[in-house]
Amino acid sequence: MFALVDGNNFYVSCERVFRPSLVGRPVIVLSNNDGCAIARSNEAKALGVRMGHPWFQCKDFERDHGLVALSANFALYGDMSERMMVVASSYAPRQEIYSIDESFLDFTGVPGDLVVMCRDMRARILQWVGIPCGVGIGPTKTLAKLANYISKTTERKPGSYPQKLGQVCHLGAISQDELHAVFAATDVGEVWGVGKRIGAQLREGGVSTVLDLVRLDASTVRRHFSVVLEKTVRELQGTQCIEVDDQPAPKQQIMVSRSFGHAVTKGRDLATAITEYTSRAAEKLRGQGSAAGAIVVFIRTSPFRKDDPQYSATVTVPLLRPTADSALLATSAIAGLRGIYKAGFKYAKAGVMLVDLQSTDMQQGELDFDALETPPGHDREVDQGVSGSALTCHQSGQRGRAKLMSAMDAVNGRYGRGSLKLAGAGLEIDRKGWAMKQERRTPQYTTCWGDIAVVRA
Amino acid sequence: MYSISQANSSTDGPPTPVPVVAVDAAWVKSLLGSVQAGFPSPAEDHGVERIDLNKELIKHPQATFLMRVRGASMREAGIDDGDVVLVDRAIKPSHGHVVVAVVDGEFTVKRLWKRGSNLKLQAANPTYPDILPRDGQTVEVWGVVTTAIKSMIV
Repeated sequence: MFALVDGNNFYVSCERVFRPSLVGRPVIVLSNNDGCAIARSNEAKALGVRMGHPWFQCKDFERDHGLVALSANFALYGDMSERMMVVASSYAPRQEIYSIDESFLDFTGVPGDLVVMCRDMRARILQWVGIPCGVGIGPTKTLAKLANYISKTTERKPGSYPQKLGQVCHLGAISQDELHAVFAATDVGEVWGVGKRIGAQLREGGVSTVLDLVRLDASTVRRHFSVVLEKTVRELQGTQCIEVDDQPAPKQQIMVSRSFGHAVTKGRDLATAITEYTSRAAEKLRGQGSAAGAIVVFIRTSPFRKDDPQYSATVTVPLLRPTADSALLATSAIAGLRGIYKAGFKYAKAGVMLVDLQSTDMQQGELDFDALETPPGHDREVDQGVSGSALTCHQSGQRGRAKLMSAMDAVNGRYGRGSLKLAGAGLEIDRKGWAMKQERRTPQYTTCWGDIAVVRA
Repeated sequence: MYSISQANSSTDGPPTPVPVVAVDAAWVKSLLGSVQAGFPSPAEDHGVERIDLNKELIKHPQATFLMRVRGASMREAGIDDGDVVLVDRAIKPSHGHVVVAVVDGEFTVKRLWKRGSNLKLQAANPTYPDILPRDGQTVEVWGVVTTAIKSMIV
């Protein structure tokens, strides 16, 4: 059995831990440059604020309904995510972190009532970290993901599903009739991996609910759609067949993490792993035409080796400007790793997550002061027509890098993943500080000494 | 940064080229963890480490948060204006604990007084009133204060 644990309206919930006065009020978190809504409280959803709703269109809600809009605070979200993930990881032998606020727990071989265990886990995460979660349980990841959706929807819209499925929903523990009723009440578009386009095609063909989809013959699905959708159907029917690499990517971030085959103790080996994961993540990032505004790096020991000293840490490294450049991202990730690595621990898992994603065609240009300090011949060799001005030099450098990156992706696409790799982390560029517009950012309560919350005495 | 020298400095004739690699010493040290001294140490696995305040003071790292105190209502409990408190949300609050509570959406630090279902928040300073939840007012305990850090003027 798998469980998917997912923080409710995660960014908003993180903000509310330190500003309890926001509880019960409509709150949204805005993307970089305060562009559009990337997280909404239930109250904001009820007002009609959509995901990706541009901020300038929401201003009426601020005036008329007291909507509170905050700038994204990824340093806070990265730290709260780590706390939540570590608490969840102590409940199952294997955990796979899927996104900043979601992880799959693999309960294979675990005895006992999973619903009771997961209710306990949910209560502990809420009590210890302050984040309310939804937990979905099912025999496959696709069913666990669907169960998670049902657990949250039941809580948010009472009456949409039987009340007992709220907060913790176990689709493997209800009767066949109940399961079919739940499937029939759920839109096909809510299934993991069924995007807008495929959803529309399915509906055209008369497949509008999950029940309709489950009843399709898997091989027919393969003929009419794809192997990917066939796997989805098989998973809904209860057969495990989605591997980690087949999983649909999370929407708002790109995540690459692995458990190590054997414990890793050396920082050098961790650095190699982090560099490799960052390259993979950057490749996915470029594949979807995005750039990342920050990178989250985490390392941890195994909570199941109870005799070993335990350590886990996460760091969020903000980037000076959003980038999709593997080398810049890897350098930043290694700089982050350097800050959290401690010798003397047996590391079991590490990962990177690219967050604060935005499309590359709407990136902001800016004067690059680093370029002024660039050693002669460094960036310039990629462009013959150097004019001497820092800005031109930087822009040509960017063009060159973009070419380099797409060449790298092409080689890896043709000769297999990892054919062409970054040579470790040779560059030493620390990119600190947020250069972007973040007028409404809350303090970095958990990662900056000067920013900790104030309590009245 | 390391600079490599000496090796050839006393010899006559042209110096042999020495590979020079820019290395950040602190980073290398952090990566290596322990320095190889040439022979194995029998005590390697039981290394003596400097006391780590995080380890001593924070029992539940995932549940512990820091807050800065403003105000004088807890003076007689040893918590002064400007102190930093460690707040552990994993500890079940009970009578007598110093807690961070949420009153009308704001954080306040007080001593929890709890008898049966009666609850109040006591100040540790006679010039401040206790807080008794009024009808309909919710008082929520956010976490239990385990430690106060008081920085002296130096």
